Amino acid sequence: MKLILKIWRQRLPKEKGKFETYFIENVSRDMTFLEMMDSLNEKLIQEDKDPVAFDHDCREGICGCCSMVINGRPHGPGTEITTCQLNMKAFKDGDTIVVEPWRVKSFPVIKDLIVDRSAFEKIMAAGGFVNADVGSAPDANSIKIPKDKSDEAFDAAACIGCGACVAACKNSSAMLFVAAKVSQFALLPQGKTEGLKRAWDMVMKMDELGFGSCTNTGDCEAECPQGISLTHIARLNREFIRAGFHKAAAENK
Amino acid sequence: MTVLNSKIPDGPLSEKWTNHKNSLKLVSPANKKKLDIIMIGTGVAGAAAAASLGEMGYNVKVFCYQDSPRRAHSVAAQGGINAAKNYRNDNDSVYRLFYDMIKGGDFRAREANVYRDAEVSNAVIDQLVAQGVPFAREYGGDLTTRSFGGVQVSRTFYAQGQTGQQVLLGSYNALKRQEAKGTVKMYPRRQMLEIVKIDGKARGIVCRNLINGEIERYSAHAVVLASGGYGTIYFLSTLAVNSSGAAAYAAYKKGAFFANPSFIQIHPSCIPQLNDYQSKLTLMSESLRNDGRVWVPKGKGDKRHPNEISAEERDYYLERRYPAFGNLVPRDIASRAAKERCDAGFGVGETGYAVYLDFSDAIKAQGKKTIKNKYGNLFDLYNKITGEDPYTQPMKIYPAGHYTMGGLWVDYNLMTTVPGLYAIGEANFSDHGANRLGASSLMQGSCDGYFILPYTIGDYLADEINTGKISTDTTEFDLAEKEVKNKIDNLMSIKGNTSAHTFHKKLGKIMWDYCGMARNENGLLKGLEEVTKLEEEFYKDLKITGDTKTINQSLERALRLAASFEISRLLIRDALNRKESCGAHFREEYQTPEGEALRNDEDYSYVAVWEYTGDGKEPKLHKEQLVFENVKVTQRSYK
Repeated sequence: MKLILKIWRQRLPKEKGKFETYFIENVSRDMTFLEMMDSLNEKLIQEDKDPVAFDHDCREGICGCCSMVINGRPHGPGTEITTCQLNMKAFKDGDTIVVEPWRVKSFPVIKDLIVDRSAFEKIMAAGGFVNADVGSAPDANSIKIPKDKSDEAFDAAACIGCGACVAACKNSSAMLFVAAKVSQFALLPQGKTEGLKRAWDMVMKMDELGFGSCTNTGDCEAECPQGISLTHIARLNREFIRAGFHKAAAENK
Repeated sequence: MTVLNSKIPDGPLSEKWTNHKNSLKLVSPANKKKLDIIMIGTGVAGAAAAASLGEMGYNVKVFCYQDSPRRAHSVAAQGGINAAKNYRNDNDSVYRLFYDMIKGGDFRAREANVYRDAEVSNAVIDQLVAQGVPFAREYGGDLTTRSFGGVQVSRTFYAQGQTGQQVLLGSYNALKRQEAKGTVKMYPRRQMLEIVKIDGKARGIVCRNLINGEIERYSAHAVVLASGGYGTIYFLSTLAVNSSGAAAYAAYKKGAFFANPSFIQIHPSCIPQLNDYQSKLTLMSESLRNDGRVWVPKGKGDKRHPNEISAEERDYYLERRYPAFGNLVPRDIASRAAKERCDAGFGVGETGYAVYLDFSDAIKAQGKKTIKNKYGNLFDLYNKITGEDPYTQPMKIYPAGHYTMGGLWVDYNLMTTVPGLYAIGEANFSDHGANRLGASSLMQGSCDGYFILPYTIGDYLADEINTGKISTDTTEFDLAEKEVKNKIDNLMSIKGNTSAHTFHKKLGKIMWDYCGMARNENGLLKGLEEVTKLEEEFYKDLKITGDTKTINQSLERALRLAASFEISRLLIRDALNRKESCGAHFREEYQTPEGEALRNDEDYSYVAVWEYTGDGKEPKLHKEQLVFENVKVTQRSYK
């Protein structure tokens, strides 16, 4: 296949970026999208040009590094896949493909297609954990958890932290990301003790970092590589509202 | 006379760790605040250790090359994590888990370390559950388990096919909690390039900030390497493409001895290579062999669709050769058996280098829903990559480079031969011998991180409480920084014609052909020659474009590759030295009439420990004799 690639190039965070156009030949339909990018970079190196910088690591859809908007969609065409799992079979000879980084104010571009997702790290540090000191845990089977609850917690916990949900959202909201963590622990007895504080602190941190509000559009769910459901956002909202009442009650005491 | 002191405690095996813990020095809470620890790597071992040490009150500086610690490649471990809980009442015990690992490792691991892992494993599961790790459960609410290769009990806890992700996120969450408390400080997007020693002790690191290219210095009272393995020397492997042994190798060049480098696990079930452009191979969890049956056609070159080949025309070769363990033989054995069938012309797929992993009988017996519940995400992953549906036709699989049992030599305290420098998880060598059993890497990493290193490191740090802050403004740091800068300038100034990516591919092919699943003296010598030749070419013809002041992934890769060449040569030397077959190290000259690995306990019942003696010089071999007091050393049999 021959392809025309329009790729976002930006050398430094503060420099202005722009789209560059590249023509690439001999693209095999068996390649993954990132392997196509590898071969583009080989070509750029041969032409004494700076290769396109992009985050990638495990190349099997689980590390959450890859973060490209391809033809307007985070992780490109297809459902429940990451960019590294996107196959060139999804394109045809002569196609023009537009490749951009996540377009989110809270994820500033570092270089080319690489963005700074440290805002997610800050949200996690605000409460994305269970307070369980090492060495103080009871026997694992002393905590019984119904299978359906446990399975649902797993579905939420499967989040890979890539940020596609934010990139897909017209408001750049991080609600699905936050909901996945809050919901996982809200479903489990281990996470209950500090459950309300978690929901409150993580949402407050998310707002503070400039992520937008949720308007229930559902683009996040549609683009999530792990298929994380909007129902977790509903659970987050319940937890958050309850946290608000508890806070108000505590302050009125 | 060896310089190695493994510090294995005296006394009966089952009391060693307890007695040892009681004899370790302690650091008081007030003094812990005065001590800094550097952690390199944030996989299961590194994240767990950093979180635990932070919780104890030490100041921990954590480094990783990714943008977040949650992306370390432990995240990709699929099948599970072992523990001797005996929840199934199948007569499992700490001793059995220990024995399975010793036997699975083909009697080349250290008894005391392995026993300790087995002993600590139960506390790990308790800890992970307390953190909210959503392991699979029975309808009654109890934790469920499954079985793995090389064992006859069901002791593997799992979270679908994403156990590594869930276990890692458990420790990542704990790490975040410590970050919020201020005991842990994260330094992501850093490439560790040099260990700094002052007065013989590890005192810090020099690393490159991958965003702006700055060379940075960090000091500490102890340095811990949790940097994983070096399996990417094969280029195509199940590892993350940016994983490498470069950090461990930097430690080796600074005086940390390297043990058993040739012990590399080739995992039997990966999706076969589909084309020349491929940048990585994807694992299909060993857990699939609980229900999947491995076969090839009985007829050579049978090109029919697998569903058209009747049961009588199929050779279930693992069940035929190993009736007692069947499809669940250890990985080294399953890999070699697949290679044997394919080399003999019975392989399937376009290249003839694949075998079938078939679930049709399991689906018939248990129903599609049950199978989906157990392996759903793995089946989806396979389908995404190959476009084939494993619910209706067998998977095609073939072995691929996966895990390195070899690594930095450590004593019972997990300290390397450099005082104050520790290695944990896959980066060390001690627990898996010549072959790792499935689901024991998450176990070992977690044991090291949560419960072993946090105690043993105190024994060293207790003598450091009066040291005070360590300055980075010393000649040792100056020198290390200069070395790093020279190295980078050197690579940037070659300005040849070939990219690091291309060199890496070539290295991978040499290593796979001459030092892969089967090795022989001539091949190894040829491999050594070719690696050396390629390395020379690398320093003449490497081409890196872009600059050093912004993200430069070609430079990052070249720096890793420079280490990979040297690791590859060390690996081949080790393979040449070990004139026996054991576990994953299969020397074709040494095999039983049935084609099984033939050990030579008389001459090789030792850990081969290599000391760096200078560039261009032969490394020096030290031997740690292995002593087996609690198991009978036998020819491994799974028949």
